Amino acid sequence: MSDFSSDALVENGLTNSLGAEGCDHRKPVIELLGVEKHYQMGSVLVKALRGIDLKIFPGDYISILGPSGGGKSTMLNILGCLDQPSIGTYLLNGTDVSNLSDDALSLVRGKELGFIFQSYNLIQQLSVVENIEVPLFYQGVSEKESRETAIELAIKVGLGKRLDHRPTELSGGQQQRVAIARALANDPAVILADEATGNLDSKSGGDILEIFDQLNSDGKTLVMITHDEDMAERTHRVIRLKDGGIAFDSRTEN
Amino acid sequence: MTFLTFLRGISLFRLKRSIVLGVKSLWMHKLRSLLTALGIVFGVASVIAMLAIGEGASFEAQQQIKELGSQNIILESVKPTNTTTAGEQERSLILEYGLTYQDITQIQATVPGVQITVPSRRVKDFLWNVSQSVDGTAFGTVPWFPKMKNRDVIRGRFFTEIEMKDCSPVCVLTESLARNLFPLNEPIGQTVRMQTSYFRVVGVIEDDPAVAATESALEGSAESSEGMEMIIPITTLEDHFGEVLVKYRSGSFEAEKVEYHEVTARIEDADDVMPAALAIQHILEQNHEDLDYKMTVPLDLLRRAERTKQIFNIVLGSIAAISLLVGGIGIMNIMLATVTERTREIGIRRALGAKRKDIVMQFLIETVILSGAGGLLGVGVGLAIPLAVTQFANMVTIIEFWAPTLAFTISVAIGVLFGIYPAFRAAGMNPVEALRHE
Ligand SMILES: Nc1ncnc2c1ncn2[C@@H]1O[C@H](COP(=O)(O)OP(=O)(O)OP(=O)(O)O)[C@@H](O)[C@H]1O
Ligand SMILES: [Mg+2]
Repeated sequence: MSDFSSDALVENGLTNSLGAEGCDHRKPVIELLGVEKHYQMGSVLVKALRGIDLKIFPGDYISILGPSGGGKSTMLNILGCLDQPSIGTYLLNGTDVSNLSDDALSLVRGKELGFIFQSYNLIQQLSVVENIEVPLFYQGVSEKESRETAIELAIKVGLGKRLDHRPTELSGGQQQRVAIARALANDPAVILADEATGNLDSKSGGDILEIFDQLNSDGKTLVMITHDEDMAERTHRVIRLKDGGIAFDSRTEN
Repeated sequence: MTFLTFLRGISLFRLKRSIVLGVKSLWMHKLRSLLTALGIVFGVASVIAMLAIGEGASFEAQQQIKELGSQNIILESVKPTNTTTAGEQERSLILEYGLTYQDITQIQATVPGVQITVPSRRVKDFLWNVSQSVDGTAFGTVPWFPKMKNRDVIRGRFFTEIEMKDCSPVCVLTESLARNLFPLNEPIGQTVRMQTSYFRVVGVIEDDPAVAATESALEGSAESSEGMEMIIPITTLEDHFGEVLVKYRSGSFEAEKVEYHEVTARIEDADDVMPAALAIQHILEQNHEDLDYKMTVPLDLLRRAERTKQIFNIVLGSIAAISLLVGGIGIMNIMLATVTERTREIGIRRALGAKRKDIVMQFLIETVILSGAGGLLGVGVGLAIPLAVTQFANMVTIIEFWAPTLAFTISVAIGVLFGIYPAFRAAGMNPVEALRHE
């Protein structure tokens, strides 16, 4: 807490969102209103998220920190439209996505969101280029166009020489770069990363973070979960989750 | 989500990509895919092979029966094995049996639809061309015999009605008799002798196909006397050889009296054949105390052959259905395992924008590729088996064009049928849980 308390503008979620609005007049790309997530475990009701209010603006570079079991992954899954809130409203680009059908959610994921996972999650039987093409395939992008986009992105993440390699032939860092290229393929509104460097050594992890920094300076909105305070320091906004609530939210002004 | 709504909106491009993807995924586990498809391969191969062999066997049977004529009823005299009046006959020394003139007139007069009958009698003895002799038969019959029996006169002509009326000593030789008796010269115009009677050759007729068939099967063995027939007017036969046939064979003496050895009745309308057969049987039962005749109804044989084929088809069909079912279950089993194994992939695809129907399609296509490839392989094997059977077992096999088509279609259908459950199971997964799967 010590590093960030001085930078903190406000101490809780509600005032934060007000405060954020106060200093940013752009429309938020993501808005969570009183979001809760409950899990029924036998007779016990587990409240993984309790009343989250959050606004994320275009160009934000956010890290989410917090103790294990604090609800980070749960929140990211909801932000990623992989899961839906039990209570509350989720507005993505001003549209309420908290009660969409499965098909509509798939469409939102494919168009508006990019995912980067801790364990890379590449498809083993596909090559580097083909992996990057997967989101484009589900959006019905033509073969030629998707191939061009994929190659361009592969070059951008420094894998121009490994286009036809299989995931098993790549190092962890390289695999994660493929995953980043894949997350960028659809030019999503927000990129979500769950401990993207968790499986990497500090060198490759650093490379990944450099790419993230670059993406953000190019104007991409990034939300990443991390356990590493040093990594969090690189981001412009830190959110701490504890017991399913936002314990701390800071926006570093420049 | 129903199957139909998902079928809508599949674009050709996506289909192509999905097929490529399916092949890739299957190719990753080549051996497993091959083993999985093996059930379908054998199922399809057995369907085609069984159909071809069954079809060939029934074709052969039908061909033989058709040669007898489906509108014919064939009556034959048979020497009774145990006669009730054996004592009497031994005293008279003449064995009297078989179809009589009375039987035939009664049949012709009372059985509806009987158009023409071809009676025949045989006398077995040596046939002579000067000093050349062949152990053969004088076969007495009527002028319309070739037409009724579907046998072509190869050279010359058959004898005429006038010749029959006049009891003319003319004869027509079967092909093999002509070949044996006149190996060097043209038989027509020559004379053949039996006992003390002479007959002028007017034509050569093709061999009885039934005899020809058994003969070719026994190729190499000495030609039997079976096909060695000199066909003469039945009136001429009676005139020259009388009603009692006397045989001297290796010292023993045998005499028998047979009015007709064989009678073929032709029924005008095929629908009347079975009733006519019943009526004829009734007449013969009344006229004959002993079972000294035999009735063959080719149409009945044909029906029985068809029935046999039906049973054959049902049995083979069930075997094929079971093997295909087992193949299908094998595929489903492997696909369920594959779905579990690829849970993570399913989660990734869902996260990257795949709808449920995309996942359904992906796995369904993969199953169909598997079963379709098995089907194609099975068609190949199934076409090879009948060829081998024909080659080595000397059996007729018939591959009808629809058999491989049907078998392949069934294999694809099995892929769809047994792929639906695993595919929907894959699509039903929760994305978050699928992504968390190890
Ligand atoms: N599917 C689920 N069923 C029941 N409880 C769940 C489920 N998913 C998460 N939880 C509970 O919700 C709470 C928050 O979990 P979450 O995975 O979001 O934590 P986290 O902050 O990501 O932790 P970590 O840092 O270990 O990844 C935990 O108490 C967890 O047990
Ligand atoms: Mg987590």
